[in-house]
Amino acid sequence: MDRLDMLEAESIYILREAYKSFGKLGMLWSVGKDSTVMLWLAKKAFFGHCPFPFIHIDTTYKIPEMIRFRDKIAKEYNLDLIVYTNWDAINNGMGPEKGRLVCCKALKTDALQHVIDKYKFEGLIVGVRRDEEGSRSKERIFSERNKESEWNYTNQPPELWDQFKTDFPKGNHIRVHPILNWTELDIWQYIKRENIPVVDLYFAKNGKRYRSLGCAQCTGQVDSNASTVDEIIEELKHTNINERAGRAQDREDAYAMQKLRKDGYM
Amino acid sequence: MVESKEIFKIVVVGHVDHGKSTVIGRLLYDTKSLPEGAIEKVKRISKETGKPFEYAYLLDAFEEEQKQGITIDTTQIQFHTKKRDYVIIDAPGHVEFLKNMISGAANAEAALLVIDANEGVREQSKRHGYILSLLGIKKVYVLVNKMDLIDYSEEKFLDVKSDMDIFLKSINVFPQKYIPVSAFHGENIALSSEKMPWYKGDTVLDALDIFEKDKEITDKPLRLPIQDVYKFDNRRIIAGRIESGVLNVGDEIVIYPSKRTSKIKSIEYWQEKDKTTKAEAGMSVGITLFDEFFYKRGEFITRKDDEAPLVGDTFKANIFWMSENRLIVNKRYKLKLVTQETECEIAAINKVIDASTLFSNDDAKEVNTNEVAEVVIKTKDKICFDEFRNNHVTGRFVIVDGYDISGGGIINGLEILDAANKFIKGNVELPITCFDEYYYLIPSNEIKKVAVERKSYKIGDRLPINGDTYYYPDNFDVVDLNNELSALIRDGRLVDLINLNEYEYKGYPVYSSDGFLANVKNQDDFINFKNDFKKSKYGLVDFANKWYDPMANKRIVYKAV
Ligand SMILES: Nc1nc2c(ncn2[C@@H]2O[C@H](COP(=O)(O)OP(=O)(O)OP(=O)(O)O)[C@@H](O)[C@H]2O)c(=O)[nH]1
Ligand SMILES: [Mg+2]
Repeated sequence: MDRLDMLEAESIYILREAYKSFGKLGMLWSVGKDSTVMLWLAKKAFFGHCPFPFIHIDTTYKIPEMIRFRDKIAKEYNLDLIVYTNWDAINNGMGPEKGRLVCCKALKTDALQHVIDKYKFEGLIVGVRRDEEGSRSKERIFSERNKESEWNYTNQPPELWDQFKTDFPKGNHIRVHPILNWTELDIWQYIKRENIPVVDLYFAKNGKRYRSLGCAQCTGQVDSNASTVDEIIEELKHTNINERAGRAQDREDAYAMQKLRKDGYM
Repeated sequence: MVESKEIFKIVVVGHVDHGKSTVIGRLLYDTKSLPEGAIEKVKRISKETGKPFEYAYLLDAFEEEQKQGITIDTTQIQFHTKKRDYVIIDAPGHVEFLKNMISGAANAEAALLVIDANEGVREQSKRHGYILSLLGIKKVYVLVNKMDLIDYSEEKFLDVKSDMDIFLKSINVFPQKYIPVSAFHGENIALSSEKMPWYKGDTVLDALDIFEKDKEITDKPLRLPIQDVYKFDNRRIIAGRIESGVLNVGDEIVIYPSKRTSKIKSIEYWQEKDKTTKAEAGMSVGITLFDEFFYKRGEFITRKDDEAPLVGDTFKANIFWMSENRLIVNKRYKLKLVTQETECEIAAINKVIDASTLFSNDDAKEVNTNEVAEVVIKTKDKICFDEFRNNHVTGRFVIVDGYDISGGGIINGLEILDAANKFIKGNVELPITCFDEYYYLIPSNEIKKVAVERKSYKIGDRLPINGDTYYYPDNFDVVDLNNELSALIRDGRLVDLINLNEYEYKGYPVYSSDGFLANVKNQDDFINFKNDFKKSKYGLVDFANKWYDPMANKRIVYKAV
């Protein structure tokens, strides 16, 4: 087995453990490359089926192409899709101009909390990777959140030998991270190998492309001429610029992401 | 084609502050494996917090870690050489975070044990060494770090080396290399040190590529623990990961513990390109069988031609305990072994060991945080497993106490609890094992003395004088020199139980209470036999070899477990 085979097998094992362990399970689908790869892995794990709902937290600030792509794929794959927007916050004027971290908290973290409360999710599958950012690098594969979605990161329970945390008090939930050990390059090599459709925004137009997708206002493009998957792979092999360099919320202060994630951010 | 290399996982362990995270940070820095801006970010943090620059910050991402200059939780980071891809696992050294160290180390194939040359071997250096051996990690290099603090002295390096070697040898860990380094200054990390011309060996970077990967587990017997059974459409698919061995469509299989047999009908797939008729260890698969009976999570699918797993509810294990709540006997815990899950109890704590001093306590009644122990575990349901030395993945388990995984363990073998058989007269009791059987167990390939039934015999009771593996004459005497009791057996029945000083040799063969024939032919022999025993209290082996013929009335019979 080669590297991608091993990563794929591990992710499928994790997805199946999650499906077996939790009565109420859902997968967060941001429409970005990572969660789209995860969607593909789920189809593989369950032989063409998707036996749980997919959740898209729509901040209303997403790039329009993303929404079009989302609806197309959801229809093609016949997904049970939950789209949720924190309209209360939006109607009260929430937006990036209120401060990026405040906005992220309201339109993503709080929105997610509403969805968890409404559907009583016990397990949420999230496509974060260790190599994205520091606090994610320290994650467990099954990572507990309390009723308020808070993460007790300084005292995480043991996780070994693929035995995951499946026991927790009612009201808490588990964030399941099937692609935690993948790198950005793994993701693109897998997209190539499996021929997975991804949103066009990743491919360069006029010398610029998105490496990471979020809200329009807070996600910058990088200089690039990579307009095919092969070219992206080539580019990644030779770049040493951080993937999330275009993401504003990561730059606010050294521990911004840690703080956001402690409060329940993905 | 996507080029894809071998992955090798290495954990870095050792005492707190001895420089584990710095070793990794420096390795990444020297091999230019860091994304742009990573070093600048560390410099910025150092400036903001007024602390000196630390390579360790590249790993210690949490604010709490950077503020305290300590690793709290484990992390993994990737880097590669020409030869292969590495996953380097950073582990915390503080004893309070041992559970995190174990969470990291449990994934590794090899380890770098870091020791501060100035401080020398410390408590966690040893404890981590012990944990490595328990986890089955045999490939170890010791890095003697901070050589700059001892003027790059070879003599001090050799002192540390010999200290650590003595300890590691005593727990059967044999490091393949000792490398003197200064992680902070990059000496012998990626570049050979000019400060230590006396060292002729490899740098850490070069040494990594020398670790040899374990042989493939595809050569072992098939173990496919059932993870789940799906019925999304007209197929009834058994899903699971092949933990060892290979399987092919058409293979005859046996499912344990039920021992039902069937044949593999298909390996299922979603994408046409994944269609296949064979699969091997490491793959997450879905299969269908020709016979549709009830299969459930936890059962082992094995090939009929492959060696069977062990099945049982009592086994011996070495465990490490990570919870703040102590482990005690006769409390209910949850045990998870691959996809099996069952209630369990600790039937016996044979020994508790302090992993850093190796002090061992045979009378311990509980196992405390960070202790390791030899225990006997009894599960509520029969489970399938292998001995750890034969198959790592199916030979290890975790114990869940309350909500958290609290302990982990490796299985040393099936345990058959000793039964106490006795002769009884009034309130006098003589424990005996003379009616135990001697079996050669398959597949574990060991000879075991097994009590078939637990029973007490009173005066007049008929005795089982002919067993599977032993036979006694109708008339004989049992003499127990230790308990100073003798039992008289006539016509296959127990007729009396008397004190040894009342006993006289009457011409009947004399056996020990373990069932060994004594070389006693007359009363004089008997007196010598008794006196010899008294003299030889501290040399029982010589006494036994001189006086007993253990096989006189026995044979060994094969038995499957
Ligand atoms: N002088 C000197 N200091 C070093 C060297 N390597 C590491 N240090 C320092 O030792 C201190 C501890 O280093 P870390 O890498 O954080 O130690 P650690 O083993 O990861 O510590 P924990 O993870 O908390 O157990 C830091 O201040 C390092 O700069 C070295 O080669 N020479
Ligand atoms: Mg450290």
